[in-house]
Amino acid sequence: MMVALTQMMKRELTLANRRRADLANPLFFFLIVVALFPIGVTPDLAKLSQMAPGVLWVAALLASLLSLDLLFRHDYEDGSLEQMLLSTVPPQLLVLCKIMSHWLVTGLPLTLLSPLLSVMLALPAGSVPLLMLTLALGTLTLSLLGSVGAALTVGLRKGGLLLTILIMPMFVPVIIFGTSAIQSFNNDMPWIAQLAMLGAFTAGSCVFSPWLAVAALNITVGD
Amino acid sequence: MVELLRAKGLYCERDERVLFDHFDFTVNCGEILHVKGPNGSGKTTLLRRLVGLSWIVEGDLTWHSSLSETGAKLDGHGFWYLAHRPAVTLQQTPLENLAFAIGLHNQKLPEEALWQALEIVGLRGYEDVPAGSLSAGQQRRVSLARLYVAIPNINLWILDEPFTALDVNAVDQLEQRIEAFAEAGGTMIMTSHHGLTHTAVRELHIGASL
Repeated sequence: MMVALTQMMKRELTLANRRRADLANPLFFFLIVVALFPIGVTPDLAKLSQMAPGVLWVAALLASLLSLDLLFRHDYEDGSLEQMLLSTVPPQLLVLCKIMSHWLVTGLPLTLLSPLLSVMLALPAGSVPLLMLTLALGTLTLSLLGSVGAALTVGLRKGGLLLTILIMPMFVPVIIFGTSAIQSFNNDMPWIAQLAMLGAFTAGSCVFSPWLAVAALNITVGD
Repeated sequence: MVELLRAKGLYCERDERVLFDHFDFTVNCGEILHVKGPNGSGKTTLLRRLVGLSWIVEGDLTWHSSLSETGAKLDGHGFWYLAHRPAVTLQQTPLENLAFAIGLHNQKLPEEALWQALEIVGLRGYEDVPAGSLSAGQQRRVSLARLYVAIPNINLWILDEPFTALDVNAVDQLEQRIEAFAEAGGTMIMTSHHGLTHTAVRELHIGASL
């Protein structure tokens, strides 16, 4: 089993490296949205620091959503996906590998970039570690939940919009708990509960998403 | 003779056209089954049903216990399925493609074995070239290379149009490989418009009676 999974991980990461343009896209989107915010809304630091958690979160999620459509698309088009579904190892684990590598090449870089951008929005420096932690969990949850939507829409030629509509409702609680944890922290209020809820969402989607994604892939491929 | 597969009462309908109905056949161990039929007669759909990717075809399949635990659906480790889409990732080199195909069977072979398989299919010197810059025939050869790698337990090949885009020599070579495989006790189910000259080939016609 380990042989197949290491092969899978290696393949996904090499491919991500060779399709670098796809990866740069979300990062630039994130950078531009956050950079334009102070210019477009207000340069007032007090107001900006109030909005900072929400802006960073929304921008990071939309950026990560950009690349979600491609999660299964290349593999669907060249037929590799069929082979994965027929593999000796459970396809759920292979899909989990794909999701994890998607997070490693989009969610993680976005998380690492966020402290730099938080300076632009005058986020209090003390909450930067919490911002990174919540963003790491949030983007991971998006990759996990998003895989189900990506699996359902991979057969459609223009699935991007539908994917967004499918995923967004599932994602509302995550964004609420994520941003409210940082805001509570900034206002010296208890924030552990929100963080715990966010963690619970990540853990739950980690358990269920691969199964749902494979079920969806079976439907799409079997058509 | 051991019966590997028994298909009973297969029925397929696409776009309100019945492709086949009450379709029965069996496949024995060591047999080459050549599924024939005009374009659009449901050959690919049938093969996809056999490997368990598609459920458009209704009816019962019973596999031999060596290939399937439950009898109804093939287990992943005992067969190669070469699909209509060749499963060759264009950004990867032939070597990486082959290693990944074998990796999905949870096997890791020494690199020499992979080089050798690629050499046999005539891709020597192309091992490290991205598959996207190879010709259609060469890409086909990348996916065929897996048939030249020795993996134990694989006793069934299901090939969908394996001769597409191949040149005359490659077609000969693949035919020889198929014969050798069948003589070693392997079973093969394939679709092709190309006729095999081997004597042990059994033909199965679909869509002819309609």
